[in-house]
Amino acid sequence: MGAVQSHLTRRRFVTVIGSLAVLLVVAIVVCASIGPVRIDLFEAIDPRGDGVDATILLRARVPRVLLAVAVGAGLAIAGAVLQALLRNPLAEPHILGVSGGAAFGGVLTLFAASRLPLPSYLLTPVGAFAGALAAMLIVYRLGTVHGRLQPYTFLLAGVVCNAFTGALIMAVNAMADLFQTHGILFWLMGSLATSSYRLVLSSFAYVILGGVLLGMQARALNALSLGEESAAQLGVDVASVRRTCFVVSSLMVGAAVAVSGMIGFVGLIVPHVTRLMFGPDHRLLVPASALVGGIFLATADTMARTISSSSEVPVGVITALCGGPFFVYLLRRQGERHFR
Amino acid sequence: MSSTAEGSARGRVDVEQVTFGYHRDAVVRDVSFRAPPGGFVGIIGPNGSGKSTVIKLISGLMAPWSGHIALDGTDVASLSRREIGRRVAVVPQETDMPFPFTVLEMVLFGRTPHLGGFAFEQERDLQVARSALERTGTLALADRPVTELSGGERQRVALARALAQEPAILLLDEPSAFLDIRHAVEMYDLLRALRDEGVTIVSTLHDLNLAALYCEHIVLLSEGTVYQQGAPSAVITYEHLTAVYETEIYVSMNEITNTLNVLPLDGRSRATLRSPASESSPSRET
Repeated sequence: MGAVQSHLTRRRFVTVIGSLAVLLVVAIVVCASIGPVRIDLFEAIDPRGDGVDATILLRARVPRVLLAVAVGAGLAIAGAVLQALLRNPLAEPHILGVSGGAAFGGVLTLFAASRLPLPSYLLTPVGAFAGALAAMLIVYRLGTVHGRLQPYTFLLAGVVCNAFTGALIMAVNAMADLFQTHGILFWLMGSLATSSYRLVLSSFAYVILGGVLLGMQARALNALSLGEESAAQLGVDVASVRRTCFVVSSLMVGAAVAVSGMIGFVGLIVPHVTRLMFGPDHRLLVPASALVGGIFLATADTMARTISSSSEVPVGVITALCGGPFFVYLLRRQGERHFR
Repeated sequence: MSSTAEGSARGRVDVEQVTFGYHRDAVVRDVSFRAPPGGFVGIIGPNGSGKSTVIKLISGLMAPWSGHIALDGTDVASLSRREIGRRVAVVPQETDMPFPFTVLEMVLFGRTPHLGGFAFEQERDLQVARSALERTGTLALADRPVTELSGGERQRVALARALAQEPAILLLDEPSAFLDIRHAVEMYDLLRALRDEGVTIVSTLHDLNLAALYCEHIVLLSEGTVYQQGAPSAVITYEHLTAVYETEIYVSMNEITNTLNVLPLDGRSRATLRSPASESSPSRET
């Protein structure tokens, strides 16, 4: 399973995805069994037990770990696909302003919710989706000249969009009353704490649906790494692939931000690590990134809720603290080879 | 559905009075030429004369403002990307690959128009890729990441990828720009062999000697229009080249190959040439 394999075979695909799936299950079990309160897994699943351990496990830990897996997988897939589309390993939902757009959309609905008859838990996902899509559309328009995507302009447009939505969020926050401000900050900081299996299920539905749609573009994404012209000359309908990938990945980012706020670095680092381990073929990279992203975020969130005994650290802090140095290490190690 | 099943008498390219530009001004004006199945057409002309644009137009990347381009009588505009990809392969000037795909993976990209969205390559796809690697002399590189190859090696891999498409028509945009003289000759020898197997070759060339040596039909472009076209001996002449390239170009006959040799004159020779002391003009054509 070294980085260099001459090409992707069905056998290699099954081996890698199978091993990662097993690892993910192990990670879920381990993460669910760790926490500030010690629980006994066997006690928890014993129907004759007192039910305290079972309640902690099934009401708090399992849904939270599963949500982390779904969010991590979604962000990682979006990152892998955006990197391929822009032919740039620096592309990522946060850098491209998609997460910022989603956050602004969500904040706007939190602010407006008090003036509307609808509850915010229904409105916030809609706002996040709309924000993610709108941000992606704006960046896309700015980053394409005469129908051709200009990767560097695109990245810079994303950076600008991110700064702009950041300012807008602060502006909304300044207009909001103290109660709302608290709600907005709490939401923005992000947390994967949930006891709702409905939320977990709908998150998985988004990730699986989006993952399948994007996975089906895998061969086209491979061809697109040669550039748009060469991809078209290899028979790829570039405009349609580009549209599908941008829309679906923005929606996946919107879903992730809606349930968990801003969690950075997952979409940047996970596809990188996965590519280094298993090669750049998107047929393997997209599903493998999903599994690695799930493992990574579940682990990071477990650290976030156990690292300090008095209070929880936001999971985004953990991903950034682990991710930043690791990214720098990869950059240094790979030198000019992959980051020209 | 593979290209071999569709017969071998394919590969005619008709370019009829094509005009096209990227923005307001036309880059290519009223260009017409044709390549018969198994023909070897060279497009020459100075920088900015529209050579690369013609290649892109034939591969259907853009639609002409006016005029038509037909592959075997079918208008390119009416074909899907996939249908074009099964008939026409393009070797670009340069390949820039940000991800460390292996050479074999890159060549397997050539199977894209023949395969579905996620499908794994079958044994036949691998055979086609391997034979493409063999013919381009890149089989030994198969397991290497393309990001580690030299410019010349990458160019041969790009040709291998195009061969893996099993095209009836092979378009090349200055394929030898980054090749040393040996590899350039090897590449054109291979193109000639492909031509003999019935593949139609349309290539832009900077190297006029290679054009004279290998092409059957030369299209000389000047500022987007066809200045002259025909057999190499009719197009590659002192008058034509000197007029279009705006520098003195000496043309002579190579007695070994029986083809034309093209030699630009440097400033000093041009000065000598113009001085009354020089006896006979070396700038005559043969």
